[in-house]
Amino acid sequence: MDLTFSAEHEAFRAEARAWLATHVPAVPLPSLDTGAGFEAHRAWERTMFEDRWSVVSWPTEYGGRDLGIFEWLVFEEEYYRSRAPKRVSQNGIFLLAPTMLEYGTDAQKERFLPPMASGDEIWCQGWSEPDAGSDLAGIRSRASRNAAGDGWVLNGQKTWASRGAFAQWCFGMFRTDPEAERHRGLTYFLVAMDSPGVTVRPIPQIDGETGFAEIFFDNVEVPEDQVLGEVGAGWSVAMATAGSERGLSLRSPARYTEAADRLVALFEGRGGPAASADAVARAHMDAEAYQLHTYWTASRVARGHAVGPEASCNKIFWSETDVAIHTAALDLLGPDAEVLEAGAPGEWLDGYLFSLAGPIYAGTNEIQRNVVAERLLGLPRG
Amino acid sequence: MWWPSACSGCPGAERDPAVDFAFTDEQDALREGVRTVLDTECSPDALRAFELADEDGRAELARNRWAVLAELGAPALVVPEAADGLGLGDVDLVGVLEEAGRACLPEPLLETAALAAPTLAALLPDPAAAAALAALVEDDASFAVGGVDVTADGLVSPTTVSADGTLRTPRVVGARDVAILLLACRDSDSGWQLHAVPAASCTVHPMPALSSSRDLSIVHWPLDSDTLLAYGVAAEAAVSLLADRAAAGSAALLLGLADRMLAMTAVYAKERHQFGKPIGSFQAVKHHLADARVALEFARPATYRAAWSLATAQPTLSHDASMAKAMASDAADLAARVALQVHGAIGYTWECDLHFFMKRTWALSRAWGDAATHRRLVLAQVRRAATGTGTTH
Repeated sequence: MDLTFSAEHEAFRAEARAWLATHVPAVPLPSLDTGAGFEAHRAWERTMFEDRWSVVSWPTEYGGRDLGIFEWLVFEEEYYRSRAPKRVSQNGIFLLAPTMLEYGTDAQKERFLPPMASGDEIWCQGWSEPDAGSDLAGIRSRASRNAAGDGWVLNGQKTWASRGAFAQWCFGMFRTDPEAERHRGLTYFLVAMDSPGVTVRPIPQIDGETGFAEIFFDNVEVPEDQVLGEVGAGWSVAMATAGSERGLSLRSPARYTEAADRLVALFEGRGGPAASADAVARAHMDAEAYQLHTYWTASRVARGHAVGPEASCNKIFWSETDVAIHTAALDLLGPDAEVLEAGAPGEWLDGYLFSLAGPIYAGTNEIQRNVVAERLLGLPRG
Repeated sequence: MWWPSACSGCPGAERDPAVDFAFTDEQDALREGVRTVLDTECSPDALRAFELADEDGRAELARNRWAVLAELGAPALVVPEAADGLGLGDVDLVGVLEEAGRACLPEPLLETAALAAPTLAALLPDPAAAAALAALVEDDASFAVGGVDVTADGLVSPTTVSADGTLRTPRVVGARDVAILLLACRDSDSGWQLHAVPAASCTVHPMPALSSSRDLSIVHWPLDSDTLLAYGVAAEAAVSLLADRAAAGSAALLLGLADRMLAMTAVYAKERHQFGKPIGSFQAVKHHLADARVALEFARPATYRAAWSLATAQPTLSHDASMAKAMASDAADLAARVALQVHGAIGYTWECDLHFFMKRTWALSRAWGDAATHRRLVLAQVRRAATGTGTTH
């Protein structure tokens, strides 16, 4: 057992820190859920891509650096530490890319990964439907063979698609075999958002910005080479994405350790009020425990093991830690918590609103608790 | 990028990472070996027999089980090879302690292997320390530890001076059956003293306690220069490190207890039927258990990190030990609470095995500083680091 980073890792850390110090915009970008903010964030992705910082863990041929798991964690620690912009390409690089690298054809990887890495093509996720949320296998959007037999025709409706208002591409699941059992007969598709028949209706979020959207598919033609994985195998392909989402890649621990450090600074700045001491200590410990747990899992992976079912605990823990960190901050701010302005204290309110989505998206925490009880404790399905 | 089904072809898989937060195969095997032995030597039936035995019977059961543990080398695991121990470290020991917790072992493995052994070894070649350590290694002497309490404002000693001039240390765990007592006292003028006192020199008065497999006593002991291990600054450092070891070690015991209670409860929730279904199929039950399982999942790496920090004398070890104790105490308390609720009325009986593990949990979650106390200690360290006035973290 060793918890120290090697000299090579520390050198990489210094390199990342130096690059970020000179490139991170001095003034925070406008929200990525506005038109102008979306473009500004895409430009930032391009800046990172040009110096090969956008996807450090990807193979070099697609724009990455072929780095291992701990380098990725180091990069993330430095990224959050530098207060760099949010990743507008997050859905693509963290959710779709792992699936594509595992299930995609070489042609698909060559076509889709480089523009994903550069921010030229931003992806949204077409998972949820009005009647398929926690019950994701209840997807009703259909894909049927086109007349020529060389492609597919999509019909139906997706909703709560983050970045959906501005994205160029969508990955989603559609039912290709209505006769099959619910989890079978689903297929994973890649769809250009400018395809004829695609209609996007932005949905203003709780903060008024169009962070997500409904997407309507009306006889949308999709060629055969935009099926990811096998036809009818969409569920298992999608669960690989959900696995990386909950497991390791969606929410890197640096995000929470950085927020907890800011919380400690806020606590100090407010004179260390006793009423907040316990919440601040918990926030610090939980963020660090998530980091340690990630190192623990990463060490397993580095030894060649798979991420175990223990990963199903992660999403519950990071999402509730995030809410707890921001709740503690708002409590410290007291009456100032209501003020929404750039920088502190407004960033805490903004972060609080964002954190509240965590226990809902990527599988509600109630679903996650069922998974923990069934997979880790062996309890029977209800 | 690594994948959920990470594989030999993934970048990084062939690397030899510097960060390797994992146990070795040998460490896993050691833990498994202890677990196998305790499965029979310290089964719930054995615990029941121990609690029901008279004083002589109980002492004999304790002696026999300790002999088995000594045979495995468990008490002398971290004693240096130069002192005839196994020369292993805290990272080797943490899994063994976890198994002792899982079994609800009544004997003082924490006190002997995790507290007395490294404390004495660090004080070598002091003759009193050398004698006590030799007794541990050669005579399988077991140890009790007392006279140190952890508070949010720092360490205090509950040891007082009696009217007859002897020292009085309350609620010493396991004092009745051990060979040597590691006892601390502190006075405002000369500071801390740490002594290794033979049981024969002590007068032990049993105190009524929550669990009859974890006995508490008031110990009267003579202040004698022959038993003195350290005083003043050296004793303060030794006691401070001992308290960190106690926090980390009891965290490991609590992990084992929590895991055991959750396992027992999961089995029960599959067997017990109501409304024509196993109660474990109901979400209200599942979610209780999932919450406790999540708390355990994240207390684990915090505890293993504390063991590594102790083994490698990290500057953050106090912070890390306190964090482990806070998280493991909360996780085990939650597991006990959920276990009882899911068992229902049967869990409230002496007939059901659960009470052994719950009682040990309730005692250990508060021993050596409860969760809230350790959170205060963690925060104090973090604030010192944040304001640049401290050396840790």
